[in-house]
Amino acid sequence: MLLGRQSWLFDNSPRIIAAAAVGGPFESKCQIAEDFDQFTSDLWMEQDSFEKAEVKLLELACAKALEKAGLKNDDINFLLSGDLDNQITSSSFAARGLHIPYLGIFSACSTSMESLALASKIVDNNGANYVMAATASHNAAAEKQFRYPTEYGAQKPPTAQWTVTGAGAVILGKQGNGPRIISATIGKVVDMGISDPFNMGAAMAPAAVDTIETHLNELNVEPDYYDLIATGDLGFTGYSIVQDLFRKKGICLKKNLYVDCGTIIYGKDPKVFSGASGCACSAIVTYGHFLNRMRRGELKRILVAATGALLSPMSYQQKESIPGIAHAVSIEYIQ
Amino acid sequence: MEQFIRAFLVGGAICAIGQVMMDVFRMTPAHTMTALVAAGAVLGGLGWYDKLVDFAGAGATTPILSFGNSLLKGALAEAEMHGLIGVLTGIFEITSAGISSAIIFGFLAALVFKPKG
Repeated sequence: MLLGRQSWLFDNSPRIIAAAAVGGPFESKCQIAEDFDQFTSDLWMEQDSFEKAEVKLLELACAKALEKAGLKNDDINFLLSGDLDNQITSSSFAARGLHIPYLGIFSACSTSMESLALASKIVDNNGANYVMAATASHNAAAEKQFRYPTEYGAQKPPTAQWTVTGAGAVILGKQGNGPRIISATIGKVVDMGISDPFNMGAAMAPAAVDTIETHLNELNVEPDYYDLIATGDLGFTGYSIVQDLFRKKGICLKKNLYVDCGTIIYGKDPKVFSGASGCACSAIVTYGHFLNRMRRGELKRILVAATGALLSPMSYQQKESIPGIAHAVSIEYIQ
Repeated sequence: MEQFIRAFLVGGAICAIGQVMMDVFRMTPAHTMTALVAAGAVLGGLGWYDKLVDFAGAGATTPILSFGNSLLKGALAEAEMHGLIGVLTGIFEITSAGISSAIIFGFLAALVFKPKG
């Protein structure tokens, strides 16, 4: 059911049958390491390029989700996946081996919630029995594509972020006792004129605020309705901008209600500068960390607004500003 | 000893300018590098860079500014001998050893090592 202009309330609330989070070697030492299903021992993952390693990550996450769900590839009607590589090759190449009918999507780092929202809509409308939504990112592949190859050793400012090496996958179905997808709000592209690819958090923060505010209005709920409201990968810089923007709009968020996935993974590790980013950031934190907290009964209702910076290496070289977007999905788990 | 101090101060000052370009003026590493190369060529054209090299030695020849200076000097030297076409043939005259060795050693290193990521 459409609420307002851009929100869906899912009448049949699709269930999360299984979810998987996979990480690289650096992630195995992160703050939420216990919420991952699997780690790879090095960045290459026995492949001969970082891009192939990213495909491997996605395959591992999808295989893990299938294993946890007790389903086979043939049981899944559709795979919705996207990533940061040019022409989303990681997703398409992983889909090549999975033999699941595939819809490739791109919404940069907000792909996690875009794919979850679309997968929910398909299941909710009886368009499928099972849909898998997945996304991945690889630190070295992303650095090479969007900034500088890591071996070049370019300096980074404190606002820079660390692309997560990892992948997240989730399988949705009509029945089951798992967490339910309640609603989703599709975001608008917001561009505040920031053109520094080392400050993506600031570029995406206004989009996150726009989507969350719209969601609350269209669902007609107060922020307190949720136990947790999370943004995708704004990092510490973007996180404080969002807090300021909410304060200016007079939207009161009680302490610890609002978090950012980019600040959760690695904490204040100086190596990651302003925090984590990448498609896998919000996917791993949501499908691993948040769902585990929900299973433990610590959280009942959450809203995840995954944020994306819709730039390309070409647009940035041509000095275009960085448009931001955020898609929000609410998940509920009442045992 | 005095020579070392001069090299340290001048070389350090040039690097500090580069750092300010990146941190304060938000220039990318690539823009910073090319701007310094161009600045070196301009300073060379004004005849100032050689004076700086005389004063600071390696403090002035090591930073990338010196590369711009060398590009200009090569072009001017060939231009004197062969006219305008010398500008084109001479631009990499002095710097060719540096450029070629960067390519060759880069290639050799890539054969042996893998990026750590």
